[in-house]
Amino acid sequence: MPDHTVWGQCDMMETVAPGAAAARPEGSRPGAVLRRAEARPIIEIDDVVKTFGAFVAVDHVSLTIREGELFALLGGSGCGKTTLLRMLAGFERPTAGRILIGGQDMTDTAPYDRPVNMMFQSYALFPHMTVEANVAFGLRQDRMPRAAIRERVREMLDLVELTPFAKRKPHHLSGGQRQRVALARSLAKHPKVLLLDEPLAALDKKLRERTQLELVGIQERVGTTFVVVTHDQEEAMTMADRVAIMDSGRIIQVDTPHALYEYPNTRFVAEFFGTVNLFEGQLVEDEPDHLLIRCDALANPVYVGHGISAREHATVWIALRPEKLAVSTTRPDAPHNWDRGIVEDIVYLGGISTYHVRLDGGALARVTTQNLERMSAPEITWDDVVYVSWRPDNVVVVTS
Amino acid sequence: MRARPLFLPSALALGLTFLYAPILLLVLFSFNESRLVTVWGGFSLKWYGALFRNEQMLEAALVSLRIATTSATLATVLGTLAALILVRFGRFRGRLLFTGMITAPLVMPEVITGLSLLLLFVSLETTLGWPSGRGVDTIIIAHTTFCTAYVAVVVQSRLGGLDRSVEEAAMDLGARPLKAFLVITLPMLAPALVSGWLLSFTLSLDDLVIASFVAGPASTTLPMVVFSSVRLGVTPEINALATLLVLVATVTILVAAAVLWRQERGQR
Repeated sequence: MPDHTVWGQCDMMETVAPGAAAARPEGSRPGAVLRRAEARPIIEIDDVVKTFGAFVAVDHVSLTIREGELFALLGGSGCGKTTLLRMLAGFERPTAGRILIGGQDMTDTAPYDRPVNMMFQSYALFPHMTVEANVAFGLRQDRMPRAAIRERVREMLDLVELTPFAKRKPHHLSGGQRQRVALARSLAKHPKVLLLDEPLAALDKKLRERTQLELVGIQERVGTTFVVVTHDQEEAMTMADRVAIMDSGRIIQVDTPHALYEYPNTRFVAEFFGTVNLFEGQLVEDEPDHLLIRCDALANPVYVGHGISAREHATVWIALRPEKLAVSTTRPDAPHNWDRGIVEDIVYLGGISTYHVRLDGGALARVTTQNLERMSAPEITWDDVVYVSWRPDNVVVVTS
Repeated sequence: MRARPLFLPSALALGLTFLYAPILLLVLFSFNESRLVTVWGGFSLKWYGALFRNEQMLEAALVSLRIATTSATLATVLGTLAALILVRFGRFRGRLLFTGMITAPLVMPEVITGLSLLLLFVSLETTLGWPSGRGVDTIIIAHTTFCTAYVAVVVQSRLGGLDRSVEEAAMDLGARPLKAFLVITLPMLAPALVSGWLLSFTLSLDDLVIASFVAGPASTTLPMVVFSSVRLGVTPEINALATLLVLVATVTILVAAAVLWRQERGQR
């Protein structure tokens, strides 16, 4: 992680690209990140701990979420992400630490006095009320004038395109429609922050992919800060400006999806965020301009085009993304960054193919190639001897 | 597999006969002209006429209805509170004891419940001066006691099946806990409350043993009248009364089922 500064610079270079946000609504929206870099912090979580008996659900988490951000908390089940979200909503009280919302200490404030609203995983719609009444519920609690409530409800139903369904009860709606009622209801009070607990988990795959983009669109239109809890790495990548990766109550890394994918700081992040080939090795040479790593599983040493300041002979891991590996039947001339193996499996997905190559050292390497040409027969097939190689600047080295 | 289509319908027919043949017979004989209960003497409505001229019977019916309505209502309130404590308060000291105590009246022999309540009322009267004598009030208290157990069980299972986050959503949107309970949780519990109330109502209307223990001179309930008159010999008049009770029960249950069905459908 000493080379974190280097990654940070790459980050900035990436974010300068103008118009990138408009062209890639589903990507990491780097333009948006730059715009929001100067935005005020809206949520400040300061060294929060939450224990249930002997179980530590959230372990000394500190996090700042900026105004207008679409922030994702990503992690497996039981990693503490939902507990953290529930502490932001006020349903759980931290065992230690402070939570500031909009600059005010809200650690001990009750849910009904917080300027945040939550969208529940189960949607939690009121079954005995119409769609309209569901959306109006929060406004009624604020004793808003009737005309203003009617106006706001209309506006919200327009936003989620549910106006024709205003008079229906939730059980007469489809899953996707219910999800949008829940969204409209939680946005109706114009909260400072909207908390979303696995907002798309109950939808089927096709609908989920479409709804991800819809949510991003709605977030951009209303400008509210969104904090999304999800276990789905693709969902986090699609939607979020920044992602915090959590594991057993701790935050492992907070960054843009791009940085998390290309510059993971640990093995955990590399493996959790996308697919990766990991090899354990020893640091043989550590110069400012290059590294040389010897891995037991690889026949040739690994050469990396930058230095890290770690002890010589320290144990490191090299992480290689499948799409950054090349597979070929001709033997490379270079003294490093390649290995030989046998094709064990080929996963053909139309646009891309993944080759599972059993290296001579026994390890399995996954190599993804794009199928750019229409060919009558692929040139590599099962049980072929192939050479897997990679460029020095595509190697990620992690020390923990 | 060929035996199955025959087996199931015949089992059903046998079961239904076993359950309902006695009741059908009773209804049939309530229209009997003859004074003898078991000998058919032609169709007549005269026993219904006699029933409605029987002051004692009518008064007892009114007392029973009053007791059933009051104790069912009280039991619904208390049983709901007990269920809330059991489901919502998590683990607390004495929770197991409380669960046992709440459900004990379900398995307690009625004779014991009746006797212990009688002892309680008598000792209360001698020490506190209340309740003065036994009567409608003491029967209401006794019925509320055991009906509460039934309501608690019914409401508890419904409450346990409710999505807690619905109530949390109400609080998240600015409703205070009490309001969230009244406006959101209570309507969602309505089917359980209705069935708990109806169950209590029927149990109270039906009870003979406990009522006999704690009743006073001016509080003869319908089952007590029926029982004492049957001891002098079953008259077709009792058949007529029983038929009317079956009718009332059937209508009530059908209405309740219709209400519940619509509610359940609305909450899926």
